[in-house]
Amino acid sequence: MKRGLDGPTPEERPTPAGRRNKQGIRIDPEVEAKREPRRTVISALVEHEPGVLSDVSGLFSRRQFNIESLTVGPTEDEDENRARITVVVEEPDPGIDQIKKQLRKLVPVIAVRELEPDAMRRELALIKVNAERPDQVAAVADMYGAKTVDSSPESATFEVTGARQKIDAAIETFTQFGIREISRTGLTALARGTDDTAAASSTVSTADEANQQPNAQPQTDD
Amino acid sequence: MSERATKIPPAETEAQSDDHPTDGTQTDPPSEAESDAEAPAETTPEPVTNGAQSVVRALENAGVEYAFGVQGGAIMPVYDALYDSDIYHVTMAHEQGASHAADAYGIVSGEPGVCLATSGPGATNLVTGIADADMDSDPMLALTGQVPTEFVGNDAFQETDTTGVTTPVTKDNTFSSDPDLVGSDVSEAFALAREGRPGPTLVDLPKDVTKAETDCEPDAPKTPDTYEVQTHAESAIVEAAADRLESANRPVMLLGGGVIKGEASEVCREFATEHEIPVVTTMPGIGAFPEDHELSMEMAGMHGTGYANMAITHCDTMLAIGTRFDDRLTGGIDTFAPDAEIIHVDIDPAEVSKNIHADYPLIGDAATVVEQLADAVQASPQAKKWRAQCQQWKSDYSMAYDAPEDEPVQPEFVVEALDEATDDDTIVTTGVGQHQMWACQYWTYTEPRTWVSSHGLGTMGYGLPAAIGARLAADDDQTVVCIDGDGSFLMTMQGLSVAVRENLDITVAVLNNEYIGMVRQWQDAFFEGRHSASNYNWMPEFDKLAEAFGAAGFRIDDYDEVADTIEEAIAYDGPSVIDVHIDPQANVYPMVPAGGDNGQFALTEDQL
Ligand SMILES: Cc1ncc(C[n+]2csc(CCOP(=O)(O)OP(=O)(O)O)c2C)c(N)n1
Repeated sequence: MKRGLDGPTPEERPTPAGRRNKQGIRIDPEVEAKREPRRTVISALVEHEPGVLSDVSGLFSRRQFNIESLTVGPTEDEDENRARITVVVEEPDPGIDQIKKQLRKLVPVIAVRELEPDAMRRELALIKVNAERPDQVAAVADMYGAKTVDSSPESATFEVTGARQKIDAAIETFTQFGIREISRTGLTALARGTDDTAAASSTVSTADEANQQPNAQPQTDD
Repeated sequence: MSERATKIPPAETEAQSDDHPTDGTQTDPPSEAESDAEAPAETTPEPVTNGAQSVVRALENAGVEYAFGVQGGAIMPVYDALYDSDIYHVTMAHEQGASHAADAYGIVSGEPGVCLATSGPGATNLVTGIADADMDSDPMLALTGQVPTEFVGNDAFQETDTTGVTTPVTKDNTFSSDPDLVGSDVSEAFALAREGRPGPTLVDLPKDVTKAETDCEPDAPKTPDTYEVQTHAESAIVEAAADRLESANRPVMLLGGGVIKGEASEVCREFATEHEIPVVTTMPGIGAFPEDHELSMEMAGMHGTGYANMAITHCDTMLAIGTRFDDRLTGGIDTFAPDAEIIHVDIDPAEVSKNIHADYPLIGDAATVVEQLADAVQASPQAKKWRAQCQQWKSDYSMAYDAPEDEPVQPEFVVEALDEATDDDTIVTTGVGQHQMWACQYWTYTEPRTWVSSHGLGTMGYGLPAAIGARLAADDDQTVVCIDGDGSFLMTMQGLSVAVRENLDITVAVLNNEYIGMVRQWQDAFFEGRHSASNYNWMPEFDKLAEAFGAAGFRIDDYDEVADTIEEAIAYDGPSVIDVHIDPQANVYPMVPAGGDNGQFALTEDQL
């Protein structure tokens, strides 16, 4: 007996001319440009309660969003029960939009915002180096405005704060003395001026707004 | 038309309760007749004295009528409080069944279904049903017992990190640590399950917290302040979308499950008929639009109708409402509605432009936004030619099948016979596999909330427990039919004991092909017919098994038995099982191979 249904075969059917790219956007295959990932900083204001950090990090891992760094700490608030989470991510544009929207869906998340490229960004690093040449070590520390937090006959530990690039550069220069250990905090950030970083009243931008956002790489601040 | 019994024979409840300890002094389940009649005078309830009573009070305040679950150590205080409550507890044979029953209850009633389990294995047994509800955005509240707070983290007996395990599959979950707040945690979870985009929520209840004294009455169900739902779409985008619709030549409406959940079926019907726009549904959207309507193209996607797939592939404007563009619907993204501008209505901003870019993102409540659109659209699209084309496709790719008398019974015939034997408002539940697809394709759905299936998670074993939940949520005169597969039925058929105990009027038709058929079909198509572990020729005789459970058992081997047996089974007052021996080689067509082009659906195996 017959197995299947009747009707024109696939070859006999008309096919549409259009195509979509991986992000589901209609494209002209000839001129389609690949959307490059960009690095950006997302700030979220959250209820400071147990489990929020694991909700957020779990969301990133199960949705396969790549976290470059994630910091969290209490923030300003009348009841002192709010925290600010700062996440650095690298994704193509629709992905960044998804991250913001998915984050906003978590019930303890109050507000989410992607920071402008000119936002203030800081990271802190503790760098422990060999102290066989104390003068030279001190000179390098000076160059990067590093503070001495501990010293012993064999080692010296410095605290450097600043933009990521500055810390990378400091580590690079300290390498000549032999680095014993490094601990970095990951980036934290706030918007400039009177602009709210992520306040209770702000909402998540829609896909289209996000697509119109400046595609430029973030500036290195300082 | 056969006579159907009410859910539970009221007279027998008391007699039954003697031999069913869990029924103890349970009150009769609320029946329609009772609640419609004069409402009993409001009596002030006894004040709560402990956490567990506060939990149950929260459920009562939320209007919960039924709860599905299984007892256990850590949840015992809650059950103790339920003992004095009017909430009717349905003791299930397995917690997975409890979560599916609660899920189906939520689908049919629109209100969160409630399930309970003890800590550890009880809680983990709920997980499949919770994940299922999460994928399908079904409102559900799960309450789990937990070891006492002082043991948490010590690998205590029957401890599982339940909030940890369920975080990825719940809309929200809470470890409730304060007896004064535990009731309000439950109220809030109930509200969260229902509001905005519905979904499952969970409250984990440590035993010391539910046992502890408290006189705190729970708050009324209310979502937390941080939870925001946008109901109205931005009017500028509504205007632009309306313009686009007016100028469309090949418009299509794609209705997803969100249309049903958002009670938007009615406005969508009006909109489609007023502007004469062909309508396609997703699988969860089945019932949002009457499939016997001329404009209906029925379901699209992997096993959707050929005409639905032609329509979505060739449209120039798609008004997609309450759909998340699952890959079983879209096939390959590159070929999905490639010429269409997409107007996407969804209450969840994260669904908009997640898989398919929305040219017109309309974030808001489905019914509200469609009304906004209806107000904004001034003229109907000029789509006469397109409509004619759609009708042509309907006849080119009709869902007609052969059913020669001398061959084994074809499953399509059985589904159609069941449909014919029952009323329009009959509720259909299914397992997962070929039978589920035949139930989509060959049953004509006309009403929302009559199609109850596991879409996003595709959970075998969903059908029978879902029928139990659906039965209790349905009107007394509605029929509930479970179209199941042999493999699926075997996974949760212990639920029959529950259906028998509660005397639930459910008819299960097991389309028995002695295969896990959908796997066999894929093995034939893509693995050179190597039937690795898919031949289930050790299946029990389901009719006899049904009888062993105390249900009515029937069997069909030939065409001439189909109509009479179905009639008898449906007429039977209580659970019945028909073991339908179908053609083991029958396959589901049309089919779009995974990730394929919807317009290139195969009508036969050679076209794959
Ligand atoms: C819990 C679970 N395990 C495995 C699968 C994979 N699976 C999908 S369809 C299918 C076959 C279902 O067989 P049956 O219930 O007999 O239905 P049929 O396809 O024969 O109609 C299987 C094994 C699943 N969907 N769910």
